[in-house]
Amino acid sequence: MRWGEIIRRLVLIPPTLVGVAVIVFVLLRVVPGDPIAMMIPPGATPADIDRLRALYGLDQPVLWQFVTWLGQALSGDFGRSISVHQSVFELVLARLPATLELAALAATIAVVLGTIAALVGIQLRGRRTEWLVDGGVGVFLAIPDFLWALILLLLFGVLLPWLPISGRIDPHIDVSFHSNFYLLESLLTGRLDVAGALLHHMILPALALALPFAALVARILKASLAEAEDQDYAQIARARGFSRPDILLREVFPNALIPTVALGGVQITLLLGGTVLVERIFSYEGIGNMAIDAVINRDFPLIQGLVLTFAVLFIGLNLVVDLVVTLLDPRLRHG
Amino acid sequence: MADLALNRSVAPPSRWVAGLKRGGARLWIGAALVGVLVLVALLAPWIAPHDPIEQDLMSAQLPPAWINGGDPAYLLGTDSLGRCVLSRLIYSARTAVVVALIAASLAAAIGIALGLVAGSFGGWVDQLTSRLIDVWMAFPPVLLSIVLAAVIGAGLTSVIAAIVVVDWTRFARVVRAETMVQLQRDYAAAARVIGLSRGGILRLEILPNLVPLVVTLLAVEMGIAILVEVILSFVGISVAGDTATWGGMIAEGRQIVYQAPWIMALPILCIISSVIGFNLLGDGLRLVLDPVQRR
Amino acid sequence: MTTILAIRDLHVAIGHHADATNVLRGASLEVGAGEVRGLVGESGAGKSMLGRAVLGLLPANAIVAAGSIHFEGRDLVAMPESERRNLLGRRIALIPQDPMTSLNPVKRVGAQISNLLRRHLGLSKRDALGRAAELLVEVAIREPRRVLELYPHEISGGMRQRVLIAMAFACDPSLVIADEPTTALDVTVQRQVLQLVERLRQRHGAAILFVTHDLGVVAKICRTMTVLHAGRVLEEGETVDVLAKPRHPYTRALLAATPRADRPAEALRPVPPALIEGLWAEARRLDGQLAMAAS
Repeated sequence: MRWGEIIRRLVLIPPTLVGVAVIVFVLLRVVPGDPIAMMIPPGATPADIDRLRALYGLDQPVLWQFVTWLGQALSGDFGRSISVHQSVFELVLARLPATLELAALAATIAVVLGTIAALVGIQLRGRRTEWLVDGGVGVFLAIPDFLWALILLLLFGVLLPWLPISGRIDPHIDVSFHSNFYLLESLLTGRLDVAGALLHHMILPALALALPFAALVARILKASLAEAEDQDYAQIARARGFSRPDILLREVFPNALIPTVALGGVQITLLLGGTVLVERIFSYEGIGNMAIDAVINRDFPLIQGLVLTFAVLFIGLNLVVDLVVTLLDPRLRHG
Repeated sequence: MADLALNRSVAPPSRWVAGLKRGGARLWIGAALVGVLVLVALLAPWIAPHDPIEQDLMSAQLPPAWINGGDPAYLLGTDSLGRCVLSRLIYSARTAVVVALIAASLAAAIGIALGLVAGSFGGWVDQLTSRLIDVWMAFPPVLLSIVLAAVIGAGLTSVIAAIVVVDWTRFARVVRAETMVQLQRDYAAAARVIGLSRGGILRLEILPNLVPLVVTLLAVEMGIAILVEVILSFVGISVAGDTATWGGMIAEGRQIVYQAPWIMALPILCIISSVIGFNLLGDGLRLVLDPVQRR
Repeated sequence: MTTILAIRDLHVAIGHHADATNVLRGASLEVGAGEVRGLVGESGAGKSMLGRAVLGLLPANAIVAAGSIHFEGRDLVAMPESERRNLLGRRIALIPQDPMTSLNPVKRVGAQISNLLRRHLGLSKRDALGRAAELLVEVAIREPRRVLELYPHEISGGMRQRVLIAMAFACDPSLVIADEPTTALDVTVQRQVLQLVERLRQRHGAAILFVTHDLGVVAKICRTMTVLHAGRVLEEGETVDVLAKPRHPYTRALLAATPRADRPAEALRPVPPALIEGLWAEARRLDGQLAMAAS
């Protein structure tokens, strides 16, 4: 393994996160928009307002605020949400599993659909019908996740009212979960009816997130398969009497997987980023939805906590993708 | 039996015609879609049947004219405040085009400038810029634009600022990579030998080679700008008040999607066709302008 | 002596109708059991096409316009795909040209060899690996068990070529097509490889069609030879005879053009362009005659 490379990446994480934090911090405070103004109850006196401001440390110089925040953050205290009056850490932790489950489901669907589309496309290579696959993939790629969310909502929530369009689960279903990983827990404990109900609510948002990514995977994988199929070793396999499907699956696919994961994996963060809007559109209770509310309410501590959470997830995901690529390509392991 | 391959001297078609042919169906369909969009935007005051902000509360939530209960005066129906959907769609196209043009051009300008600087100076300048781009890209783009727009306040300026701030990195990365590659090419070395200054090389040699790349990115970026505007409208922080935007119509439509689905559906169709149009145009232009990248 | 491979009057063209180019013009060739025949010609002469035609690996837009290829009495061109696939790799094998790109980079050497053995000989995984180790010993690779576990990029180019040779002889083929196997190697390694090929041939009793442009190689290892130009056979016979008393002017020119180690100071004598012109003119005339006969 390229240990040096991995260590370097890990070492770069804290400074990057600090950089992210700084930018958000500065943005929020330097530009107009006062959270205190948004939450003062009627009849508040100027003394009350000042006290609120002091409570959240907003009367101090920006640098002091940042250092304090950083110090507290390093010990796990991300402050209190101004709009919800709970610890930011707890708020984020409560909703994070919902988003992670949604993203994981979406990623799985995307990979499966994308791979199938790529394999179909490569079988049709050179034939007239190939452009159907290419064109279809292009259209799916052009429509972003939130548009898909709206389309799916219209199609399968309204015009053909097969599926629910809001929430994580029907309110009248009794849920006594230990963790907030509802889907995981219900699957592990064998409560398949509950899992079914959960999936009912998750399938549309997951599909919305998955479709553009699936199209991306399909495009990259198909191109990689085509390129790999033209390589000498694949041609020679033909000369040794192997059939084309056999060669595609056994010789070519493992090779094509490498650039696909490398190029496509980079984009998987888009899936995560997409949860912000898609969750909103489907009123799904994850951190994406919460983020929008936080911004509208100018809830600084919550915004900071959420942005940092997303940044950690993004960076972590990129690292995982790179590790996977190293695992897939033996040439990278010894170089 | 195979026929003999004779040397036939066929007159080569002019370079432009050959180029346009390379663009293929993508170029034409893309250009058509974008053309329609731009035309609608330009001619909005003349082709819209009603004033987009004129309310007629007596005729609220009317379905499109061909559906039972519709009114031929309002071809595509009305929204909750009795405003003509068709007129609002048309004026939204105007907003979309304006935003797309300005935002995409600004993002391109900044991104290209920084990319050129990073790519050609190298060293610590490059390191700094690259780190900046990395940190920037660690933000979820949607969140960043929402934060920005929420903080600056509603209005077209904040929408444009949001798009520019988020997406300049797209141009910067590509231009930086391309600049570094081009600078290593022989012709750049030759230019240096002749004595051209760095700026001269950039201007005369590198820039022209970047044109195909940039043009494609611009087209794609305009599609993205439209989408970001939609997102911001949807979240309620785009242009203020009555101004018609597709995103705003979708946000309103979402609230009454069971009662009046067309209010959400129609803007979606407009957005899809515009975005696909820009994408196809970008693709087609890339095929036309880049002689090497022929498939 | 039984004829293993009989190519008669083979015409292969690439492309359709008016744009078609003929790559093989009535080539005929025979290889008997255990025979080592050299197939000589410059680049573009059609040597690879001939080899590909035998292996059924012509490009998608190529057609066998006329003629036949018989292998051990069976018609290769007319044979159904599935039947041909059982022959390829087993009774007809290929030693490819470039050892750097001819092995799958993400699979271990042992896996690649044993895949082949299992496909054609139906061996179990363990037996196949055992047999693979034996094969590596045959091609003078020490520590075969260790090499089986390695990836191609972990062994040298010369070793990779030996693996490829081992794979060619793995299933005891009666015909091996060696497609310029020494071209990518340096001279010292070339000699070893040739010796290896000869030794394996004797051991497994195969016939070899040795495609090359190097007359020196032909002189060393091929008992018979065929000279190809513009898809036509110009001369053939016992190597000793052809090299000592070439009958066709092209062959003579080729021989004269070959740089000689014992006369290093001599100026190079390229094949006269006029001769080449004449040969191409003949070829085109032939095409014309065939086209007329077809219509």
